[in-house]
Amino acid sequence: MSRLVDQARSLSPAGWTVLPRLLWPLVVGVVIAGLIQFVIGPNISGFTSKVMLVAGINIIMAVSLTVVNGFTGQFSMGHAGFMAVGGYVAATITYYGSIKLFGTADFAGGTVSWTGAGAFEGPIVGKGDLLFIGSCIVGGLAAAGAGYIVGLPSLRLRGDYLAIVTLGFGEIVRVLLQGTPDQIQPWKAKEALDVPWYELLLKLGGPKGFNLLPTYTTLFWVYLFVVLTLIVSYRLKNSSTGRAFLSIREDEIAAQAMGVDVTRYKVRAFVLASFFAGMAGGLYAMDIGAINAGDLGFQRSFDFIIMVVLGGLGSISGATLAAVILTILPELLRDLPPIWPAGLVLLAGMAAAQKLRGQWRLRPLIVVAVLTAVLEIARRVCVAKGINIADYRLILYASLLIVMMLSRPQGLFGVREAWELFGRGGKKPAKGAA
Amino acid sequence: MTQFLQTLLDGVTVGCLYALIALGYTMVYGILKFINFAHSDVLALGVWMSITIAGWMGMGAAGQPTPPWYMGLLVLVGTMGFCGVVGFVIERVAYKPLRKAPRLNVLITAIGVSLLLQNVGQQKFAFGPYPKSFPSLMESSSLFTVAGVQVRASDVAVVGTAIALMAALQFLIFRTKLGAAMRAVSFNTRNASLMGINVDRVISFTFVVGTMLAAAAGFLYGLKYEGQAKQTADSMWVMLGLKAFVAAVVGGIGNVRGAVLGGLLIGLIEFFGVAYLSSQYRDAYVFAILIMVLLFKPEGVLGRATVEKV
Repeated sequence: MSRLVDQARSLSPAGWTVLPRLLWPLVVGVVIAGLIQFVIGPNISGFTSKVMLVAGINIIMAVSLTVVNGFTGQFSMGHAGFMAVGGYVAATITYYGSIKLFGTADFAGGTVSWTGAGAFEGPIVGKGDLLFIGSCIVGGLAAAGAGYIVGLPSLRLRGDYLAIVTLGFGEIVRVLLQGTPDQIQPWKAKEALDVPWYELLLKLGGPKGFNLLPTYTTLFWVYLFVVLTLIVSYRLKNSSTGRAFLSIREDEIAAQAMGVDVTRYKVRAFVLASFFAGMAGGLYAMDIGAINAGDLGFQRSFDFIIMVVLGGLGSISGATLAAVILTILPELLRDLPPIWPAGLVLLAGMAAAQKLRGQWRLRPLIVVAVLTAVLEIARRVCVAKGINIADYRLILYASLLIVMMLSRPQGLFGVREAWELFGRGGKKPAKGAA
Repeated sequence: MTQFLQTLLDGVTVGCLYALIALGYTMVYGILKFINFAHSDVLALGVWMSITIAGWMGMGAAGQPTPPWYMGLLVLVGTMGFCGVVGFVIERVAYKPLRKAPRLNVLITAIGVSLLLQNVGQQKFAFGPYPKSFPSLMESSSLFTVAGVQVRASDVAVVGTAIALMAALQFLIFRTKLGAAMRAVSFNTRNASLMGINVDRVISFTFVVGTMLAAAAGFLYGLKYEGQAKQTADSMWVMLGLKAFVAAVVGGIGNVRGAVLGGLLIGLIEFFGVAYLSSQYRDAYVFAILIMVLLFKPEGVLGRATVEKV
């Protein structure tokens, strides 16, 4: 037995070779986020960049929820609760930290996190940025701790019960946060200097929310974390841990029989997912400059579930796509552009992919064509009658959820990624899919 | 003492409501093995349908005398009938095609149905986006006073109706042929169908009965809290439904008597918590109880433990 362990150990890479593999996601993240912030950022309107920001936060939430709901098959309904935990912790540290360290709760960052009007004179990264990013990470860790606590009952609970417990957790978090005393307002920062830090940690604003936070979140920070989340979850999916997650999802008893420590992996999934959710919470709080537990109830968790389910339970690119679409859809629906060009492009793309693959399947093409036609007609009717579709957005989502479950229960992409769908010699769809 | 008795009365009244809702959850869970997330929305539908029907019958307008008690009964029956039909349609369209699908898919569908009901109900062509007040169908003054506790007519009506409905359900399940079929399907669906039971029909029937109980609970809720009926999309309904679900789990899910016991327990715990500890953490008590029960006695007070077989 020990020989097997030794063999396995000798196969694992040596310490120094791991370092570049650990670091390149960070480098890639900084490069992509820098490009988005400094190349794309100045060329788009403030509104567009705001939508991109929210989309980024939603991507982090949806992809991290995919780890629990998609990979591991544990139905968590309290994801917004983790977001609230992380967000509040990060907000506390940034806000009171600024007061304690810098004397005011004002913005103290550099160019990367400047969101105000006009050009910014100062360093690229300021002292406030370090505080902010540290607080986001601590927020993530706090949420991960909460995830550990919630993950433990999953020892005994399955399916629906776990869903209810996570939902209950989210609600308890909301209720507890809303019961906290008022925050110390920024203009009373001097008073806060005399209050010990452990008392400050409890002054979270209660039902009024935690307001007037310095805003640090920019496209740079959001997309840095988006890239990190995506890379980590994609690597996770293809690692032994990820395979253990998927095996638990497919059949818990069989996984156990094959030597997968079901409990440990479930808890691990929860901890990982809540870490990212907590960080997203920090970004969210410091984006709008306020966080209110009332906004992070189970309705919010449902939003993320819809993203994950529509994208495909277990597909990272699917969740990303669904998060982006569902974020811009309300804006898009307000003034809906014609649908048929997008439909034509999609049809051409699918036809080209099938041509490359060398096999013709007419059914998906017909489905897309009919869908495009129906949507286009619906759009024309709405425009002609002066109906604002954005008002019916939630009805649309709900119907989409039901129709999806009835017709394509594995979601848009299933467990596969977007590029695996049309790839040459792509994997056969799993049994029960299609 | 007065406060204790008053809390007891409130707890029992609300507990009866929880019990009625919990019965719907537990019956559907007993047969279909999934949480019907749309149940709380049927409850909201019940409240709003009661308001609408009472409006049609010209009741509840300002300055009108309180209508006789049988008019309220009529509203109740109408609401239950309407919601029963809605429940039938939901089951047919959304859940029946998923009989053999994984439970997760059914759960997601149920969330979809829940969101659909909430948002359709909020549209102008349905109930509209604004809160309305529930028409006063009963004298709001207290009926009699016991040891300083004022017992209102609505309390008596709530508890009385709830007990009558529960007794009727008890009779239906344990004394009729249909009830025997329901128990058989719940025990083992496949064997039940081999014994010549029309499983689909029994499931539909169970679903409709559960929905009607939720509608009745909605009506009674409106009767007790006359003030305002919140919007259909208000999270309060989901909360109410969730507490009832917790009641079903505490009593032992799938167990009809357990649901009643759990409902009363949850109602009492909630109200005593509010009265003697702090009203701020009202919702937290219930979920704390849920987590405790799931950790230490997951099959509930009256449920029987099941072993997951391969």
